[in-house]
Amino acid sequence: MSIEFLVSTAVGVLSAAGIYLVLRARTFPVVLGLAFMSYAINVFLFASGRLVINQPPIWGKDVAAYTDPLPQALVLTAIVIAFGMTALVVVLALRTYLETGTDQIDGLADRSDTPQPPPEETAVLGPDAAPSREAGR
Amino acid sequence: MTLAWIAFLPFLGALAPALTIRLGRNACALATGLVTATALGLLLSLAPQVMAGQVVTARLEWFPALGLNLNFFLDALGLMFAGMILGIGLLVIIYARFYLAKADPMGRFFAFLLLFQGAMVGIVLSDNILLLLIFWELTSLSSFLLIGYWRHLPEGRQGARMALTVTGLGGLSLIAGLLILGQIAGSYDLSVILQSGEAIQASPMYLPALLLILGGCFTKSAQFPFHFWLPHAMAAPTPVSAYLHSATMVKAGVFLLARLWPALAGTEAWFYLVGGVGLFTMVFAAIVALFKDDLKGLLAYSTISHLGMLTFLFGLGTPAAAVAGVFHIINHATFKAALFMNAGIVDHEAGTRDLRKLGGLFTLMPIAATLAVLAAAAMAGVPPMNGFISKEMMLEEAVGAQAFGLTWLVPAIVMVGILFSAAYSFRYVVGVYFGPKRESYPSKPHDAPFGMWAPSALLVILAVAIGLAPALVAGPLVNAVSAAVTGGTAGEKYLSLWHGFNLPLAMSVAALVGGGLLLAAHRGAERVWLAMGLPDAKAMFDKATEAAARAAQRFTEAVHNGSLQRYMFIILAAAVIVAMAGFVSADYAEGARPTLPAPGAAVIAWVLLVGGTTAVLLGHRHRYLSLIFISVIGLIVSLAFVFLSAPDLALTQISVEVVTILLLLLALNLMPKTTPVESSGGRRLRDGLLAGLGGLGMAGATWALLRREGPPSISEFHWANSYSGGGGTNVVNVILVDFRGFDTFGEIIVLGIAALTIFALLETAGRGASGRRLAAWSPDQTRSPEHHPMMLVVATRLLLPLALVVGLYIFLRGHNEPGGGFIAGLVVSIALLMQYMASGYVWAHRRLPVDHHGLIGFGVLVAALTGLAAMALGAPFLKSAYEYVSIPLIGDVGLSSALAFDIGVACTVVGAVMLALHHLSSVAQRAEKSPGGDDLPMDIDPSRAVTPPAPAPAGEGA
Repeated sequence: MSIEFLVSTAVGVLSAAGIYLVLRARTFPVVLGLAFMSYAINVFLFASGRLVINQPPIWGKDVAAYTDPLPQALVLTAIVIAFGMTALVVVLALRTYLETGTDQIDGLADRSDTPQPPPEETAVLGPDAAPSREAGR
Repeated sequence: MTLAWIAFLPFLGALAPALTIRLGRNACALATGLVTATALGLLLSLAPQVMAGQVVTARLEWFPALGLNLNFFLDALGLMFAGMILGIGLLVIIYARFYLAKADPMGRFFAFLLLFQGAMVGIVLSDNILLLLIFWELTSLSSFLLIGYWRHLPEGRQGARMALTVTGLGGLSLIAGLLILGQIAGSYDLSVILQSGEAIQASPMYLPALLLILGGCFTKSAQFPFHFWLPHAMAAPTPVSAYLHSATMVKAGVFLLARLWPALAGTEAWFYLVGGVGLFTMVFAAIVALFKDDLKGLLAYSTISHLGMLTFLFGLGTPAAAVAGVFHIINHATFKAALFMNAGIVDHEAGTRDLRKLGGLFTLMPIAATLAVLAAAAMAGVPPMNGFISKEMMLEEAVGAQAFGLTWLVPAIVMVGILFSAAYSFRYVVGVYFGPKRESYPSKPHDAPFGMWAPSALLVILAVAIGLAPALVAGPLVNAVSAAVTGGTAGEKYLSLWHGFNLPLAMSVAALVGGGLLLAAHRGAERVWLAMGLPDAKAMFDKATEAAARAAQRFTEAVHNGSLQRYMFIILAAAVIVAMAGFVSADYAEGARPTLPAPGAAVIAWVLLVGGTTAVLLGHRHRYLSLIFISVIGLIVSLAFVFLSAPDLALTQISVEVVTILLLLLALNLMPKTTPVESSGGRRLRDGLLAGLGGLGMAGATWALLRREGPPSISEFHWANSYSGGGGTNVVNVILVDFRGFDTFGEIIVLGIAALTIFALLETAGRGASGRRLAAWSPDQTRSPEHHPMMLVVATRLLLPLALVVGLYIFLRGHNEPGGGFIAGLVVSIALLMQYMASGYVWAHRRLPVDHHGLIGFGVLVAALTGLAAMALGAPFLKSAYEYVSIPLIGDVGLSSALAFDIGVACTVVGAVMLALHHLSSVAQRAEKSPGGDDLPMDIDPSRAVTPPAPAPAGEGA
């Protein structure tokens, strides 16, 4: 059992989970799927510098062996950006849910299973509420 | 360089009318006129050189790798066209000042006009065909704006759309054609292409290139069957018609024919295509023009006819015909622009342009009438006007031409054309100015103000002068342009009014007499014409566009059905298939790179990771549970980074993990906690197969990658220069803040934008349907009776200074040891977020009223200023400088300018993270309906130890 094998299979498992979750019909699993994909891709990019143990890329006069620092620098920013993306997507999902009352993304008619706005307010603001539900489809 | 300025001046100058319109209409027109006059002055300053046979060039590199450069050149052809564009442009600006009504926004009009002018000048001065294409498309766009200037008129909008559709499609065809031409010639520079005419005509790609280029020229110059947009473009204000549709834009196609004449002309295909289409258009449009009752409609078809004549002349392919073409370009511009202005004056003063309602205006508007008579005489080809001379030259060439082996065919067709030309010219004058006076003009006609008729008067004087003394007035220019067009094969031609008695003269006389008779018989002829019932081009165009729109809509609805599931499946399946195809079509061999043996701990971590992932897959319907398993996976990934020599990544991953999970928890609080079973078993199986295939592919790719040595990496450079050049020993950090600092700069901007978008989404969540749902929201989880547990509050309070110090420490050492701005920013954010968690959003925010927007802005600004400071010192953007300073007690500290950059990074990260989580918790709090006085740090207030507070009712509090 080599480390390379462990890393490769881990990337594969994470990717598969990401793909499966991204294809679900509700927003939250998709957000999780994106998180999985971020893990997989970050590790994959990191691995493009090849796997090295105990040789951190800290420069020293006498240090001769070191791991490739470039993929690390790229992945470091990628991790932060992935955070930004996840945060944005989850807030988008939340706002869509609040706006439409459902978190479906399968393009089918809403099957709302959540408390609707109070009826008396809906009655007053009916024309306003209707288009926003339209827009969510 | 003067040359480039001539092209750019109108573009820059387009700002002038927009800015000066506040000073009044006169100032606005004056500023616009000054821009054009300056460009014209610059052009004229180069004229002596060009007339002496020199070619003025200006070359600026733009995209040398694409062969796209800002190369301009000015020869006699360019000089003539640029002179026309700027000269007539100046007259049109004066005319428009008086033509436009008070209600018309003049600043916008002149801004559009100057944009168009710049694009047009760009076309005629470009030496690079790619550059020419850019200007070509710009003329289509700016003419769209000008034609649709009266946006309240449906005809204006429809006409503008039609013009854009037709000329835009032609532009696409032209792009393809010119790219092929450039490929054949091996260069996109016109000066090279014009030299390689023989190679181009011998190439098998000559015919496709020719057809595509003609597609562009014929649409722009309104040749049959693409002519129909021009009459509809007459919905534009008359100054636009006078400018675009007589003198400039519609001549762009003809210009390109003339420009490419040496490279493309002379073949049989050219003769029949260009000559044939030109001839047909000339005759057909002349006939239609006679039966148009709208003055501008008549002039529009007359323009199409004259453009046809020009196309025909260049299509003949003989140098002498090209000379006639060049000469007629000048002549047509003079009389046609004058006539359009005249039609505008009539419309303005009499209130209608309908020939059936006009007549007898001569005594009421003597000046306009005189000008119209002279200009129409030129259009009809009556001696001694300039139109007569160029028509005679055209006839001479037509008589000499034979098509399909017949010598009489071309002259006979041409004869019909000039007959109808004469007739419609007479109809314009007679119909408007002669005959009985009407009682029923919509308004009281009288001569227009000086500023309105003076521009057309100048053009008419020019038309007369060229007619009387052609060799003196136009001779040198025509000869120079002809030499430029034909590559010097035309020879000097002496222009003269009198050609002696010959066949062309006889044809001319016959046409004029016949035209007069035809006008007399107009009523009868019109009945015949109407009885023929020609198809309506607009209806056909509308039908075609409707069909295209329907087809596009059907396609869109089929592909874009609103299901993210479907889009994701298509994207992912495509990616998997493409990657698999690559794998299958290549030979795979196992790599030879040695592997590292895995210690037991690594295997355990792997098992945890795979187990966690499986748990999420199986239990993803329980959303809280999934989050817990995901955090396990994040932890394993961080550990893997530690193990595999990436301490920076490990630190980043684990702090991002904390923040992400916090964020997801907060969001999940307001969302459904479970996912219902909806997908059918078949769909799940399908998705599972795709996921399995994708995962297998990713695993295989990673394995193949890891078993091979990579290509030589540029990392050696980074390693070698990190300390000596960047002043830091942590190479990852030096790459981030120095070598690839520009990337990092972009990253923090993206992060800031993401945070601002989150802010925008959450800030407005309290409105509308979303706000009502928030108001109606009630917790669906069992709440802990302890809202702010004392243990947590005390612990986080104690941790706060410690965490901040750790953050500072990680920040400071980041340049040399694992750490840096990103990680420090995340650690500080977590330290602050802990206070939010322990004591609630209101309490924490009141004690830390930081403006997170400001923090993001400050961070980006500091980073940018650091980079700019390096530039101010003559170094590249973000190149760092460093110095070692000795601080008592602490020792030697490396102070690098990268530190300032890292401050920017850290501030942006803190700002972005806090902005997102802060607003998310504020929305959550609004939903929880916490009492406004939720200002206690913890549930038990030590200061009121004697009387404990009443227990809060369950289901409330944050």
